[in-house]
Order: sequence, then structure tokens, then C-alpha cells
Amino acid sequence: MYAVEVENLTKVYGSGDSAVTALRDASMQVKPGELAAILGPSGSGKTTLLTAIGLINEPTRGRISLGGVCVANNGWQPGLDLKRLRREQLGFIFQAHNLIPFLTAIENVLVALNLNGITGKSARNRAEELLSALNLAERSQSYPANLSGGQAQRVAIARALANRPQVILADEPTAALDTENGLNVMALLKSLAQENNSAILVVTHDHRMIAGFDRVFEVSDGRIVREG
Amino acid sequence: MNLALRDIRHHGSRFLQTCIGLSLLLAVVMGMAGIYRGLVSEAMTILNDTGADFWVVQQGTNGPFAATSRMQEDLKYRLRTLPGIAQASPVSYQNIQMERHGKPFRFFLVGYEPGGMGGPSSVVSGRPIERLHYEMVADLSLGLPVGSRLELGRSEYTIVGLTRNMASSSGDPLVYVSLADAQEIQFKADNSALRTDRVRIARGLSAVDGLTIAQQQTIAPVVTTLAGGTHQINALVVRLKPSANPLLVQESIERWGHLRAISDSQQRAILFEGMIAKARKQIGLFSVILLIISAVIISLIIYTMTLDKLKVIATLKLIGAQNRVIVGLILQQSLIMGVVAYLAALVIINLTYQKFPRRVELVSGDLQALFLIVLCICVLASVAGIRKALSIEPAEALGG
Repeated sequence: MYAVEVENLTKVYGSGDSAVTALRDASMQVKPGELAAILGPSGSGKTTLLTAIGLINEPTRGRISLGGVCVANNGWQPGLDLKRLRREQLGFIFQAHNLIPFLTAIENVLVALNLNGITGKSARNRAEELLSALNLAERSQSYPANLSGGQAQRVAIARALANRPQVILADEPTAALDTENGLNVMALLKSLAQENNSAILVVTHDHRMIAGFDRVFEVSDGRIVREG
Repeated sequence: MNLALRDIRHHGSRFLQTCIGLSLLLAVVMGMAGIYRGLVSEAMTILNDTGADFWVVQQGTNGPFAATSRMQEDLKYRLRTLPGIAQASPVSYQNIQMERHGKPFRFFLVGYEPGGMGGPSSVVSGRPIERLHYEMVADLSLGLPVGSRLELGRSEYTIVGLTRNMASSSGDPLVYVSLADAQEIQFKADNSALRTDRVRIARGLSAVDGLTIAQQQTIAPVVTTLAGGTHQINALVVRLKPSANPLLVQESIERWGHLRAISDSQQRAILFEGMIAKARKQIGLFSVILLIISAVIISLIIYTMTLDKLKVIATLKLIGAQNRVIVGLILQQSLIMGVVAYLAALVIINLTYQKFPRRVELVSGDLQALFLIVLCICVLASVAGIRKALSIEPAEALGG
């Protein structure tokens, strides 16, 4: 069973003469524990693909399955609680870490747990456990403004992992980091994918990071033109 | 985890500054309500303290507070003989402004018959007036201690007692003297004026045909005495016997033709409609404007705070936050701001209201109503911020 399965996914923005096809018949599969890259230049459709898999952007046509459950088939499946699915099954890592500036590092992890109904001591234990695993135990009470870029991105990773998601989606997670920190983050993601048996999809145009991926999907003009 | 409180904690100084600004506005609103209550209270002070059933005044007037009323003191004897009347006391009222220690010194002088109606119902220090002359009971707010002296007209008066919170409808503190003293202060002319009056009367009599010089000299002192008489009053306050029919008594008095009997409720209506209604509208309008300004400020601040958090809100939505979490974040901040500002306003007004030049009465009902209004304003003010927050797409969290 695939963690992520995409079949003939098409996304059209607008209609009539102003219609723009951002994604054309894209298909891909990612297994649990795999670290996959979605590579392509700006405007190629890679973020559209990521947001469709992330249940943010409704596809026009095609099918998406997460962990074997069909979530989209020519549009969202009726009766689907997209927010609940995002909370429980998906984790997000952003280009600029997107930590909540008024929460400390540990609170940023706790917020993801709390939103998923996990509160109290069990939530705190889980957050502390994640921060310790990412060597951030000593910075747990620091605000994002007082963290380095690498530390902030590791807190963001901890937040993404908090609810043990099946799939982690990362949008240019190394773009704001120097090469050393970028490589460290990629190594971390790879080890986390294997440890947690999560599929990790990373959108990037950073060719420096390609070496670490299990799979690479190259997107151009809305199509997956190469898979390796 | 309460996101609203954590955001406030993080932006503590900015939030506090906003709350202080807002609290000053709300303190003014509280003050306005207090001033209105004070106006009503001051306007009714004499009425409440006198406890009259009727105010008998000059016919065709709304006296003695809303219009000038002048009548002869001896009417009290006729009035006391009317069936149903238990007590009828003459009173005089006069605004006085003088200089004291180089500053304007203003008060409302009440003349009454010691032992009769119209005097202070209680003194908080010293004693009531016991002698017919040269004793005075003053309100505490004038700052005249018991035993001190005040020169007024051609005489000096000793403060023998003090009252608290006794003021006229225009807010001037009350000073009580005996009726005889009040009449002298109000009506007695000085020597120069008396001489001028005598000359004027003598000239007037000499112009009358048929009066001999001897007759003129005989009549002149009588006319001078009558013209210079001080036995005038502004009103007679009347208390009825328990068995009396107020309407019948009122009709009996007004049948005389030159007097008007104003019941206590009519007197209150005259004071309220004539002296308070406009002030109420003005204060009410001003308070509404201030509340609208408060609403606009809260709305702008909450909207700006929401704009500052667009990325945070998009991120929260992306990681699965329900709408109630987003609405709660904004609404709670608005309510916390309103409540903190309200409490600060309460502290400010409680520390300052006694320093206002006129009476400010803080009524708990008004303050509770304002609290509810502030909560409503906070809810309404957060609408724009909530709409903006709910319109944010989770995808906006992506990208740099």
C-alpha cells in the first residue's frame, strides 16, 4: 500500500479563455518511509501538486489516495473532513519555518497536538520527546525570534511530526538555510522518514539536496516529466 | 493552550498601551454617566431634603428654582389656616458669588425659619441654627470649618454646623441662614440706597396734586417703610396632614388668584424637563460618540492585530485548526482588551471622580450596563477581524 498515490491529477485555475492548467495528468506513488523530492523550476506546478496532496487545493480531475483511502476523485470526496485529515494524517514543513512567533518552541509543538485533541501531560511529554530527539531540549522555552534558522526549522519539523502523520509535506524546507544547515535538515528528514515510516514529500528546486532522496519526481509545465 | 492570551503576553506593552488609551475613553464615558447622575441628584437635593408636599409660589411662575417667585412672608399665616395643611414654612433662595482669599466663592443661600421646613435635615458636624441671627450652616464642600466666620452683606456670620452633599440644582453648595438674615442679605438696601429712595419718594409725593407739604411729610416715612420692606420670600413649603386631599388643598390655594401651588412631583418634573433633560441628551449623545470612538478603536486594533497574524492564521488553518480556534483567538483578544480597559477605567474613575468640580455619582447599574455595552462593542468590533481571518486560505502559509 502506498502512503501517497496520485493518478492523472489535473488542476485548472479559472475558466474559459482565462483558464490556466497548472497540473496535467500527474501520477506518482510514494511508499511509507520514503523520502521523495518534487523538483522543478518556479511555476512548474510542483507547489500545486503539493497543495493538492496536502488537501488544501482541490484538484479539478484525477484521484488522490492517502494510506489507501481515496480523498479526491475528480474533486474532494463528499463528506470528507479535510481539516481533521490534515491534523491527523499530514504534517507540514514550510520554507520559512512558519513558527508561531508568540509561542515558545515547545508551545509551537504543543499547538499541533492540542489542535488534534491531545492535551495535558501526554501532549507535553510528546513535545519534549520530539524536541529532545531534535537536540532542542535546551531551547524549548525560546521564542522563534531567538532561534537560529536551523533550530527554527527543526522546531517546525518537530511540530510536523507531533501527531505521527502518515505523510509529511515540505515546501522548500532548505531554501532559507545555508548549505550545511540544509544538508543537516535533509539528513534529519531522511532518518525521520525511516524511523517513523512516514512518507516525506519535499518540494525543492535546490539541486544541492538531490542526493539524499529515495525518489525524485521532476515537474515541468504541470507534468511529471521524469521519475527516478 | 490559549492562543489569545499568549499573543497578548508576547505583545504585552503594545496591548497595554492600547488598553490604557481605551480605558481613558471608557473612564470619560463613566464620568459622563456619573455627571448626569450627579446633575439629577443635585437638582433634587433640596426637594428631597425639604420633603414638601407643595411649593406655593407666585402665580404664573415655575418658581422658586426654575423661575423667580416673590411673595409676602405674611402669606404663611393665611396658608396655615387652610384645612388640610399641617405645616407651611417660608423660604428664600439666592445665588451668591463673592471673593474670598482672592478667588471666586460661590454658593446658594437658603433662608428658612429655624424649626420650620426648608432647613438642612441633618448636620454632619456642629449643630443646626438655633439663634435668629448671624448663624450659618454650610456644606462641607465649601471648606468652611465650624466656628469660622463669613462676612456677607453688612454682617458677619458664624458657621455653626456643616452638611454633606447639599447643593443647588446648578451645583452650588448650600449655605443655610435664618429667614430673617436671608431677607436682610437679599432685600435690605444700604444707607446710600436708602437715602436715594427717600429723595425719590419725596419727589414723587410732591408731584401729587392736592397733597400739602405736611401731608407729604406724614406719608413719606410710611411709603419708605413699605417700599423698603424686607419681609419677602420666594416660596412657602407646605406639608399636608395625612388625611388631606392634595387636589382640594391645591385648588383652595390657587383660588386666591395670586398664588400657584406646585406639587412635589410637578416641581420634580419642572426641574427635570427644564434643567436636566437637555443636559441628559447632551451627555447621552457625547457618551454615544465616545462609545462609537471606542468601538472604532477596538475594531481597528483588532483588525490590525489580525493583519499582523495573517501568516500565523494561515499556518494554523493549514495544520488543521478549526474555525472556532481562529474565531476564538480574535474574539478573545477583543474581549480581553475590552475587559482590561473597562477595569482600568473603573480604577481611574474611582480615583478621580471626587476631584470633579461638580458631583459625579457612580451608579453600579450604569457601570454594569456599560460593561455589557463594552462586551457588545468588543464582539462587534471583532467582526471585521474575524471575517478577514476566515477568508485567509491555508495555502497562504506556503512560500516565503
